[in-house]
Amino acid sequence: MPIIKVKTSMPSQDPKVRKSNFNEVATGYTKEMALQEAERCIQCKNEPCRQGCPVEVDIPAFIQKIKDQDFAGAADKLKEKNNLPAVCGRVCPQESQCESFCTLGKKNDPVGIGRLERFAADYQLEAGVLDPEVTQSTGKRVAVVGGGPAGLTAAADLARFGHQVTVFEALHVAGGVLMYGIPEFRLPKEIVQREIDYIRKLGVDIQTNSVIGKLDTVDELLEKGYDAVFIGTGAGLPYFMDIPGENLNGVYSANEFLTRTNLMKAYKFPEAATPIKIGKRVAVVGAGNVAMDGARTALRLGAEESYIVYRRAAEQMPARDEEIEHAEEEGVQFKLLTSPIEIVGTEDGWVKGMTCVEYELGEPDDSGRRRPIKIEGSEFFMEVDTVVMAIGQGPNPLVPSTTPGMELKSKGTIVAEDGTGKTTKDGVFAGGDIVTGAATVILAMGAGKDAAKAINEYLQNK
Amino acid sequence: MYQIVATKILAPSIKLFEIKAPKVAAKAKAGQFIILRVDDEGERIPLTIADINRNAGTLTIIFQEVGYTTKKLGCLNEGDNIVDFVGPLGQPSEIENYGRIVCVGGGVGVAPLYPITRALKEAGNEVISIIGARSKDLLIFEEEMKAVSDTFMVATDDGSYGHKGFVTDLLKQVLDEQEVKQIWAIGPGIMMKVICATTKPYEVPTIVSMNPIMVDGTGMCGACRVSVGDETKFACVDGPEFDGHLIDWDLALRRMNIFKDEEKRAEAAGSCGGGCGCQ
Ligand SMILES: Cc1cc2nc3c(=O)[nH]c(=O)nc-3n(C[C@H](O)[C@H](O)[C@H](O)COP(=O)(O)OP(=O)(O)OC[C@H]3O[C@@H](n4cnc5c(N)ncnc54)[C@H](O)[C@@H]3O)c2cc1C
Ligand code: FES
Repeated sequence: MPIIKVKTSMPSQDPKVRKSNFNEVATGYTKEMALQEAERCIQCKNEPCRQGCPVEVDIPAFIQKIKDQDFAGAADKLKEKNNLPAVCGRVCPQESQCESFCTLGKKNDPVGIGRLERFAADYQLEAGVLDPEVTQSTGKRVAVVGGGPAGLTAAADLARFGHQVTVFEALHVAGGVLMYGIPEFRLPKEIVQREIDYIRKLGVDIQTNSVIGKLDTVDELLEKGYDAVFIGTGAGLPYFMDIPGENLNGVYSANEFLTRTNLMKAYKFPEAATPIKIGKRVAVVGAGNVAMDGARTALRLGAEESYIVYRRAAEQMPARDEEIEHAEEEGVQFKLLTSPIEIVGTEDGWVKGMTCVEYELGEPDDSGRRRPIKIEGSEFFMEVDTVVMAIGQGPNPLVPSTTPGMELKSKGTIVAEDGTGKTTKDGVFAGGDIVTGAATVILAMGAGKDAAKAINEYLQNK
Repeated sequence: MYQIVATKILAPSIKLFEIKAPKVAAKAKAGQFIILRVDDEGERIPLTIADINRNAGTLTIIFQEVGYTTKKLGCLNEGDNIVDFVGPLGQPSEIENYGRIVCVGGGVGVAPLYPITRALKEAGNEVISIIGARSKDLLIFEEEMKAVSDTFMVATDDGSYGHKGFVTDLLKQVLDEQEVKQIWAIGPGIMMKVICATTKPYEVPTIVSMNPIMVDGTGMCGACRVSVGDETKFACVDGPEFDGHLIDWDLALRRMNIFKDEEKRAEAAGSCGGGCGCQ
């Protein structure tokens, strides 16, 4: 059979229509499309794709199940390694992970592994997942701090091992960035909620509105009888640029902008009570996934022009390829090799524009990327009325600063052993963005899984 | 769900709720705040803690029904529940024995000032309290404040009770006559700004409790940023109390008004979603 060179394309909402609604952009493969795409996989013996997956999903095996039309079986295969395939199928940077190793990709498009993952997971969700069996209790108690992908994954696996797990989540819902950061049009909240419901059914107790460090500290949890603690509090602290005018009305951190919109549903204001204010011309500073989400959200909230302003060049943008493509299709404009040096306000304190400078690329820096160099005399004024800062996030110090005896790195992330998540404090494990700094959903999940295994061993020997 | 176990009307449109939240009550200290959400479509609003009853596992909050959410909250009765109540948030007040101190409160700000004043009194300070309101009927927590003060004064804008004029008039008098080690001021932004301008020439450290717009209250969004001595701080984690002489007040006051238009829109769209008969 001849090889089909191109990936089966993903059906999506028309860009003109979708840029004014919050419904999911990519609508997912039909059964026929999934079968067609699965047929493209040549089932290489050496399985190169697996080395690109941070949790080593048995990719050829799950695709084979799709070929065999055993879709639920495909989802089960995924779930052996990945607790949240419906999420990862949508948000993983497949182009730099599994798909970048695909043999077909050497000459043609790689197999659409992410799209197939999503198809199988959605199929199973649609068909209805059986309630899991609750494992016989070991009598050991574990506290999980933070209900993002790292914490939820650790909690689910620990519950399967039979431990009694309580998740403490600061916000009023669990899910972490999946709920407050990544927009509805990219990851419907209902999907995240179903995953959370499933984890509850495993016997995990999720306590929202519980800010550890303010209520109990990690030490107090240990004193109160938890046999181990897993910390997965993420990288929720927004960075600003430290330039003049950043506190003007109309400047948001990406976290505030996205939290208001996603978690608090400001796009439904006033039916939902949380407001958001959006101008006509919005500049989002940065070019990662967070920035793309911000720029696309701005359009949906009614901005006439939405800009990505980024200091480096197009090929250096860290966002997933698909997010950049979608943003372009929707009309987001890219001001590359450009960065603001000041945000300028009106007399009554609202943003009226940014003074920007232009850059050119010089020699490669330590990260191997060509360093942007400021062009002297290139200052220009960019008229905008809303600015969203999406230049990165760091670890929130609330838990680290209230946990004596746990070693931290200079940027405030927690020192944890690779592969186990063990911190320098006995009985305390950590994983996800709080250890790595802002990274990805799949890495956070993988860390949660590794830590669950290590905690299980720790509890058996305790 | 968090139950409202007692309610009291303190003044026209100023209400006191006692809310059952034993874990929060066990940890809360004077000067900290909570964030609540009335219902599933509700916004997260911060309220400074007005009293803590550890034995009963309750916290007292006091609010003026000024906006969409506070009006909606005001529609609830004893026995009703709110969906979310999280805390204690922010840093507690730094309570020690300073010597002679002054606590100044205006409007609903007197409520959060009360537990701080009480703690300062218990720590051995000589407490001079000055509280104020627009008129006598809007004055709250008079008895409570009196009970924890060595000297107690009242000012009303319209002269219906106590000194006619502003709390700053009385504060100035005190500062002219006595040596004061430290001042706490809680009230509307504009009042705190004026108090700081008044105390600056006397070089008496003046602690204010900022109440900026917030979302999460855990340092995750930066909505609450305030400029303190050229540094940007997040009021929800670094505050809410700051050295009032270092605050950029014009900026702080402007930031409080970011969503003024939206607030009006929300109210126009109907406060309770109907049904409660409060309107
Ligand atoms: C807008 C946005 C878009 C992104 N897009 C992608 C993408 O497309 N693909 C991808 O792979 N990754 C993406 N990421 C990154 C990814 O979401 C994160 O790497 C991942 O969520 C990290 O998981 P985590 O569990 O470590 O932390 P989080 O998801 O941050 O969860 C941490 C949780 O801990 C809670 N918490 C914090 N402090 C406390 C405390 N003291 N007590 C109790 N609870 C606490 C927080 O409220 C939160 O719920 C994106 C991130 C953002 C912000
Ligand atoms: S309220 Fe979000 S950081 Fe303070």
